Amino acid sequence: MSAKSEVQKVLKGEFTYKTLPMSAMILSPPTSPEYKTGIWRVKKPVIDESKCIRCLLCWVYCPDMAVIRLEDDHVKIDYDYCKGCGICVSVCPVKAIRMEEG
Amino acid sequence: MAQVERLAFMGDEAVAYAVKQCNVDVIAAYPITPQTIIVERLSEYVANGELDAAFIPVESEHSAISACVGASLAGARVYTSTCSQGLALMHEILHAASSMRAPIGMTIANRSLNAPLNIHCEHGDVMSARDTGWVHLFANNVQQAYDLTFISFKVAEDSRTLLPVSVNIDAFVLSHSVEPITPITDEDAARYLPPREYEYPIDPDRPITYGTMALPDTYMEFKLQFKEALDRVPEVFEEAVKEYEKISGRRYWYYDSYGIEDADALVIVLGSTYGTLKTAARKLRADGLKVGVMGLTMFRPLPEKELVKVLRNVKAVVVMDRAYSYGGLGGPLYTDIIGVLYRNGIRIPAKNIVYGLGGRDFKLDEAEAVLKMAEKGAREGGFDIHVDWWGVRR
Repeated sequence: MSAKSEVQKVLKGEFTYKTLPMSAMILSPPTSPEYKTGIWRVKKPVIDESKCIRCLLCWVYCPDMAVIRLEDDHVKIDYDYCKGCGICVSVCPVKAIRMEEG
Repeated sequence: MAQVERLAFMGDEAVAYAVKQCNVDVIAAYPITPQTIIVERLSEYVANGELDAAFIPVESEHSAISACVGASLAGARVYTSTCSQGLALMHEILHAASSMRAPIGMTIANRSLNAPLNIHCEHGDVMSARDTGWVHLFANNVQQAYDLTFISFKVAEDSRTLLPVSVNIDAFVLSHSVEPITPITDEDAARYLPPREYEYPIDPDRPITYGTMALPDTYMEFKLQFKEALDRVPEVFEEAVKEYEKISGRRYWYYDSYGIEDADALVIVLGSTYGTLKTAARKLRADGLKVGVMGLTMFRPLPEKELVKVLRNVKAVVVMDRAYSYGGLGGPLYTDIIGVLYRNGIRIPAKNIVYGLGGRDFKLDEAEAVLKMAEKGAREGGFDIHVDWWGVRR
């Protein structure tokens, strides 16, 4: 079974204790991309492109690889996985990122 | 069955010899005081080239059992040994070992836990690990300590179980006492325990994630799987002891017993005290007292069905505990037995004797007194008190 369909079944509740793999082993990794941790977020980081100096500190520091580096070294946030920790906000040297509701 | 010489061994030496014959791949240990000679002897076997195994000297008991879990998931046959404080330090990982379904063989030389500092024989250490999901077996003598080591790996590594198994031996009484044993041959040992086969070994070509997180939506399902693995232990155990009987001539079962066929009064116990009670019961039988003795070999999973068959036919039961559940109803075996009695509708008087804590001797005349007390309870249909701390100076 592919990682994707395995995870989708669990997320939809289509499983019993007998259909789950033994002792919570993941037999077809990676399954973590299927688990959108962005739903944990309370506030979200928003980038002000006009202030960004392309230093990439936010890209380095993001613990969830939720800051995506673009070809021109600008960045964007992957809201599927961003948990809203705010580390990018605190490391940005030019205050180009702020936390907003939602 | 090949003829082999009898050997004189201390219990711990006998276990080390058995572990060598089991041809384990990995031994991880931190032999802090109090200890036995088990891992010391194994390190010699490895150093001398008599045993081809990785001996990992780690920095704590917590690390010892952690290394065992990793090696077991890699597909190795894994062994460690500990007692009292060491087992307590392992506690966190005992749960991980069993619920990650990592088969491990472990000998526990049962000793008291601090405080006061004591180190002598008691079952308090393993009883604190009772609910970790390990299979817990108890040896009554040195021969059993040796034999159950083989049986423990057979039960642990079966694909239906995949569970860690402890073999409990009474510290000093068995671990440091010399008794004659009849070993099995190396050839029989190798046939009984061929190299381990495992469906999910750590393999870079087939990556698997072990020890993952399971949130409230799946956690209970995984725990029910785990519970059912323990439910399958009896069928695997019965096959394992049958096969072991073929090579050794020695028959193992959920318990050892004496006189239970027609006993009015039954005394149940764990560990070496069984031998003392059996000797006393033999004498009382000659005097016409219908007493029986049971020494449980398998404590976890608790063999409820087998216990019921015996308990249905007696008029009273005395349960002896070399440990106590502080703040609870009595010793841990006693509370198990009264649970078995109640939910199977068996209404007989049951009494708990708490004895031998911190290594206090339990002698033959005391065994006689307990059996007589059990017999009196059967005759009179009750006991004076529920729990008796045996021999305490008041």
